[in-house]
Amino acid sequence: MDLLAPSPALRRSFALLLVGLLGLALAGCGYNNVPTLEEKAKAAWGEVQNQYQRRADLIPNLVETVKGYAQQEREVLTQVIEARAKATQVKVDASTITDPAKFKEYQDAQNQLSGALGRLMVTVERYPELKSNQNFLALQSQLEGTENRVTVARRDYIQAVQAFNTEIRTFPGVIWARLFWGAKPMESFSATAGAERPPAVKF
Amino acid sequence: MPSFSGGAKRRPENRDQEMPGASPGMTLVRRLGILLLFLLIPFLAAAAEPSYPALSGRIVDGAKLLDAEASARIAGKLKAHEEKTTDQVVVATVPSLQGLTIEDYANGLFRTWGLGDKAKNNGALLLVAPNERKVRIEVGYGLEGALTDALSKVIITTAVAPKFKNGDFSGGIEGGVDAILSILTGDAEEWQRRAQVREDESSWAEDLAVIFVMIMVFILIVSFMRELGRASGGARRHRMRDGRWVTLPPSSGSGWGGGSSSGGWSSGSSGGFSGGGGSSGGGGASGDW
Repeated sequence: MDLLAPSPALRRSFALLLVGLLGLALAGCGYNNVPTLEEKAKAAWGEVQNQYQRRADLIPNLVETVKGYAQQEREVLTQVIEARAKATQVKVDASTITDPAKFKEYQDAQNQLSGALGRLMVTVERYPELKSNQNFLALQSQLEGTENRVTVARRDYIQAVQAFNTEIRTFPGVIWARLFWGAKPMESFSATAGAERPPAVKF
Repeated sequence: MPSFSGGAKRRPENRDQEMPGASPGMTLVRRLGILLLFLLIPFLAAAAEPSYPALSGRIVDGAKLLDAEASARIAGKLKAHEEKTTDQVVVATVPSLQGLTIEDYANGLFRTWGLGDKAKNNGALLLVAPNERKVRIEVGYGLEGALTDALSKVIITTAVAPKFKNGDFSGGIEGGVDAILSILTGDAEEWQRRAQVREDESSWAEDLAVIFVMIMVFILIVSFMRELGRASGGARRHRMRDGRWVTLPPSSGSGWGGGSSSGGWSSGSSGGFSGGGGSSGGGGASGDW
């Protein structure tokens, strides 16, 4: 009996050590990285949507103000209104970022709106009274600020997605992603000509 | 890869020095040092892109636009404001934007410095690039409601740019800072009162809840470990003898707790003036003169 006594104690501490090591190994091998990075990317995506929404919200006011001074620019104004309507109609849910077709649809709609807004801001250059209107100036700076926020949000999202996609495709992460999380790679923005930079607005 | 060759070069020197003493311990230290260098490589690579100046104070006058007197006066105002409201407002002048737009540079600088509190993101940055003739007010997430894009633009076009046009950089910067601070105090004081009331209500209960949850998790882990130990070994009482397992759970517990919370942009608080880890999402406005 006395000879056998140390054996269970030894086995027990060995088992404890094993469990401890397993826990450490799981965390150390990046078991938690996949969901952590996924949440980060989703948060970054939320910020992108948020800023695009903010831009869409500014447009009705902007269009109204411009209309008051530049009635004859009906064509450009209609383009902006239509592009905004299209951009807000695109349905966005959680699956958008893992579905290439849906993601492209969203990106295209937003790019189209960027283009229309850019044309509007160029047109506005021809109306000095509008350019000195306080309301318009405020809207213009808000639009500039929002475009800059969109740029920042998109950049953050691209970085977050890159980290996530790399994690689920490289060695330790790929195991967890396949076995446990079933994580799919996320779509990222491609730099389109003219979409990266806010419309050039000069005073 | 320069850091790698640096590590390799240091090796023989170390050996010469440490040979007579305890060599096994030193090899471990050296190995750890090399490992550390490898770990640092990504950071060095990341930092290699645009090089941002160090946050040496509330005014980082890299382009030498301010005389000592104006600099001290503005820094005093910023300090007083921060002590009153905790908003961290910093002025930076740079000789070059290193090919970036002022928006990108300001956002990168803001995040590198981590202006404002990490939780409140209540920082603001007035950045002046005299050689590019650009100025920007970059606003942290937490101050966007007070210091809006439109107001930032108004500050730049009315208080800053006209003075810069006349070559009066001290006056322009001081005018901009005064305007920023007056807008922030107008809104911040009222909000601070509201925020304090709300904090008083919740902080007690929140702290208690956190402590409670932590204790529960700890107990769960300990009992889980014990159960496992009992299952593999016999259910005898005298196992206290090896005492080891009482101290073991906390260390493995951290493994289960998943402590992989890589902090965002915290810049630490190592004496003197430093950012609190706040971030900005590109709010604010830019202008030129």
